[in-house]
Amino acid sequence: MPSARFSMLERAPQDDRATEARPVAFRGAGFVPKAGRASGWIALALVIALWQLAGSAGWVNPLFLPAPSAIAVAIYKLAMSGALWQHVSASVVRIGSGWLLGTVAGVIIGFAIGLSTLARGVGITFISALFPIPKIALLPLLILWLGIGEEPKIATIALGVFFSTAISVYSGVDAVPRNLIRMAQSFNVPFHAIVRRVIWPGALPSILAGFRITASVALLLVVSAEMIGAQYGIGAFVLQAGNLMQTDQLLAGVVIMSLFGLAVGRLINMLEAKLLHWR
Amino acid sequence: MDLIADHICHRFGTLDVLDKVSFTVASGEVVAIVGPSGCGKSTLLSILGGLLRPSEGRAELRGAPPADSLNPLTFVFQDFALLPWCTVEANVEFPLAHTALDAAARRAVVDDALRRTGLSDFRGAYPKQLSGGMRQRVGIARALAVRPAILLMDEPLSALDSQTRELLMEDFIGLLADGTMGAVYVTHNLEEAVRLADRIVVLSRRPGRVREIVEIPMTRAERGAIDARGKLLALQNDLWSLIREEAIDAEREVQHA
Repeated sequence: MPSARFSMLERAPQDDRATEARPVAFRGAGFVPKAGRASGWIALALVIALWQLAGSAGWVNPLFLPAPSAIAVAIYKLAMSGALWQHVSASVVRIGSGWLLGTVAGVIIGFAIGLSTLARGVGITFISALFPIPKIALLPLLILWLGIGEEPKIATIALGVFFSTAISVYSGVDAVPRNLIRMAQSFNVPFHAIVRRVIWPGALPSILAGFRITASVALLLVVSAEMIGAQYGIGAFVLQAGNLMQTDQLLAGVVIMSLFGLAVGRLINMLEAKLLHWR
Repeated sequence: MDLIADHICHRFGTLDVLDKVSFTVASGEVVAIVGPSGCGKSTLLSILGGLLRPSEGRAELRGAPPADSLNPLTFVFQDFALLPWCTVEANVEFPLAHTALDAAARRAVVDDALRRTGLSDFRGAYPKQLSGGMRQRVGIARALAVRPAILLMDEPLSALDSQTRELLMEDFIGLLADGTMGAVYVTHNLEEAVRLADRIVVLSRRPGRVREIVEIPMTRAERGAIDARGKLLALQNDLWSLIREEAIDAEREVQHA
């Protein structure tokens, strides 16, 4: 402790430590989290094991929370009976068609908004007004317009996908560095080639990030739409199981949806690795 | 082919940036443009290269460009402007894809441009894998590929460290040595201006006006000699004394903005 004989601006006399060499203390640890896959899998396995233990030991009522093994059995039985494929294929067709329609329209409108002053003025006004509406609220209206069948469900998904896609596309176009466009113009590269060779690849990271969001939106909407009016599909299956208090089947449906979401996420990861390898 | 700045004025909204700027860049001549920060140097270059429409006046070309020129006025950008998703080779080939050259001719042109800039061994690399100096070399190779009559260089060395600047300056001097290609070289670095230019256009503080046009009384080859260094330094000092006061005012203006 410094002696009171020295004023604050004076240096205290050196103690013994000043004459000895000692390592500089390392202060740079932390703030660099690494992605550890193993820890995630271990944590998941532990939670499932604990859940199984709680079910097997009778700590929880299986009606409220069936054990993982019961869910696995339910999935196996569904697969064996063929019902699983019937429900999954119905949902996949709806998601695929709705997502494709919404994505194509969203990409076209997004590019138009990103490239044209007129389209931007009109498009952003409409998107701002319509984007916040929960699309599932439009399903009754769409049933009225398109009849009871696949069309209103597909249209609901397409609408949900369209707005997110359009926003991610025009944001991506806006984010393309202007210096690259000016460079292309300075070499007299035609407009269509600038769009294809500069703007499209430049906007692709944002577009693919949008795909990740729209895949979740499509899954959310297909389940909601199927709960409102469908005989087959994962949403209809989950609702039916809930109504009959078959919670093992209900959670089997939830697990299948989770696996579907993971598969789509994986697919988008692969797409990003292939198309954005330059990053 | 001559490039003429004819009474060019430019305004951004209510801000006057350039005021009646006139000068001529003769065929094969290198003209540097210097001036205080914010005097409109880069704006002037954009107007000369047809990327910006002037508020008044015009940029003109006189005489025919070389027969084999694919893009007579070609930019070299300060930030390189490379396509990050393309390899070095694809970046250099980028401006050729929309010309009449067939694939074999394009390949030959790209090979030649890469060889002249020392990039032959890096053709498969992506921009992110290259140093700043190598990236700018790609920008130069891309510009050479279209055989320009006049290079429009917007502070091409300002983003680079001093050693890389020196190396690229030597490259520029080599490329411009035979006098077949002219250049407009925008810079705030007076040393670069006196080493490279035949004439230096000194712009005033905003709105930029031509304050003086200084001729460099020796060839670029002569400037490499040791006894020329004193003369170049004196020229540099003369230029600095021309713009110093306005540079101080411009800096204060930027700080207060």
